[in-house]
Amino acid sequence: MFTTAAIVYILVKESWIFFEAVPIRRFLFDTQWTPLFDDAHYGIMVLLSGTLTSSAVALLVAIPLGTIIAIYLSEFAPFKVREIAKPFLELLGGVPTIVYGYFALVFLTPLLQKIYPELPGFNLLSAGLIMGVMIIPYVASLSEDAMRAVPMALREGSYAMGATRLQTALRVVMPAATSGIASAYILGISRAVGETMILAVAAGMQPNLTFNPAESGATITSYIVQVALGDLPHGSIGYQTIFAAGLSLLLLTLTFNLLGHWLRKRFREVY
Amino acid sequence: MNNATASNASAHANLAIKAECRNFGFHYGDFQALKDINMPVYDKKVTALIGPSGCGKSTLLRSFNRMHDLYPGNRYQGEIIMQPDNTNLLAQEVDPIEVRMRISMVFQKPNPFPKSIFENVAYSLRVRGMTNKSELEDRVQHSLKGAALWNEVKHRLNDLGANLSGGQQQRLCIARALAADPEIILFDEPTSALDPIATASIEELITELKEKVTILIVTHNMQQAARISDFTAYMYIGELVEFGVTDQVFVKPQKKQTEDYITGRFG
Repeated sequence: MFTTAAIVYILVKESWIFFEAVPIRRFLFDTQWTPLFDDAHYGIMVLLSGTLTSSAVALLVAIPLGTIIAIYLSEFAPFKVREIAKPFLELLGGVPTIVYGYFALVFLTPLLQKIYPELPGFNLLSAGLIMGVMIIPYVASLSEDAMRAVPMALREGSYAMGATRLQTALRVVMPAATSGIASAYILGISRAVGETMILAVAAGMQPNLTFNPAESGATITSYIVQVALGDLPHGSIGYQTIFAAGLSLLLLTLTFNLLGHWLRKRFREVY
Repeated sequence: MNNATASNASAHANLAIKAECRNFGFHYGDFQALKDINMPVYDKKVTALIGPSGCGKSTLLRSFNRMHDLYPGNRYQGEIIMQPDNTNLLAQEVDPIEVRMRISMVFQKPNPFPKSIFENVAYSLRVRGMTNKSELEDRVQHSLKGAALWNEVKHRLNDLGANLSGGQQQRLCIARALAADPEIILFDEPTSALDPIATASIEELITELKEKVTILIVTHNMQQAARISDFTAYMYIGELVEFGVTDQVFVKPQKKQTEDYITGRFG
C-alpha cells in the first residue's frame, strides 16, 4: 500500500515537471516521439502504438492457446497428466524474460525471415509472439483454477442430460467460470502491456507510429529502459519523459484492471 | 432376497418391467459397495430406494445412468437390463451418453446451469442437436408445464435459473430432465435441501409424472417413500434386503431388519 502510494506520488510529481514544459495536447496528439532530438516531439501515441501492437500479437497467441490448455487440463486430462503438466506450465512462467527476448531475436526472427524475407531483424511480430508464449502459463494456470473451482454438481448435471465432455466444458464449465477466466485474461493483458525485456531485445527500440507488427518499434516500457540506461542528465526534459511515459503505462494497466474488476462483478456466478 | 423378490413379483406379474438389475454389483476401487442385487423397476411406477446412510442406495441409483463412469477406478458387475430393447446398460459397447439420453436425473441439491431459465431447460435438447427455435420453445414450454413451473416463470424465461427459489430451482431441474422425453428419471433425494412446502409440491409432481415416465427415487425420508412410491426396496450395507409393494413393505415387512428400520428402532 505504501509502495503503491510512493510510486504514484513520484510518477505524478516528476510528470508534473514534464507537463509544465510540454502541453498535454502535444503529448497526446503529436505523431512523433523524438525527445532526444533538437526538434523534439513528445507524441506518446508513437510508443503506445508499439505497446498495443506487440500486446495484441501476444494476446492472439496467449488467450486461445492458454484457454485450450486450461480446458484440456481441467476437463480432459487424466489425473497423472495434470499433476505433471501443471508444475511444468508454472515453471515456464518462471523463465527470465531476457531469455525469451534473445530466443525471439536469434531464433524466431530468422525463422520468420525465411517465410517473409523482408521482415526486419528487429520487429514487433516476433517479440509479440514470444511474449504470447511467455503469457500462456499465466492464462492457462489461472483459467484452469477457475474451471476446476466449478462445482462437480454442475458437471454431473450436464453429463446426466446426455452431454459430451466437450459440450460440458464449453457450455457449462466455461460460462460458470467466466469471471475467473476474465481475470486470467486481464492478468495476461497487464503482463503483455508491462513486458519490457523481450521488446527491448527483439523489437528494436525505434519509436515508430505503426500498428503493423512486421515493423520494428519502441514500446513505452522499452523506451523507459533505453532512457534510464542512457546518459541523459537527470532533470532534463528528455529525462522527465520517462515519468510521463510511466504514468501513461500506469493509467493503461489501471484501465484494464478496472475493466477486469467490472467484468468479474458483472459475470460472477452464484453456484 | 431372491425369495423376497420372487414372492412379491408373483403378486404383480401383469406389470411391465422397465429395467432390471441382475446379479448387479459395484466396486469403488477395491471397496465393494454393492453386491448381488436383483431387482425389477416397473414401468410407469415409482420405486423408492430406502435404507440407512452408506447402504449404497445412491450408488445403485447412479449406476442406472452410468454416472460412475465419470470417475476413475469404478467397476460394475452383473447387468442392468433395460426394456423393451433388452439392452444391458452396463455393457462396454453401450455408450454412457446414449444411456443418459434415455435415463435422466434430478440431484439432491438443485444444480441449475449458469444460464437463463429457458436455456436451462433447452440444454438437454441442444446437446441432442436441436436448433429449431420454435421447436425448442414448444418443448421448453411443455417441460416447464410438466414440472408445474410454467405459470411462475413464463414472464421471465430470460432470468438466470439461479435467481429462482430452492423449490423452483428443483422444479427447473425436473423440467430440464423432462425436456428430452426420458424413459426413466432418477431422483437422488430430491427434497432433502427443500422446505416442507416445496417438498410437498415436488412429491405431488412426482406422483403426476409417473403417468408418463418410470421413476426411481432415493430418499432418506420414510414417510416420503410411503407417500409417493408404488414399490420400495430396502437396502443395507450394499445388499438388497427386501423389495416389494410399498404398502406391504411398510405394513407387513417380510424381514425383521426391514421392520426395525421402518419403525425407527434402528438406522
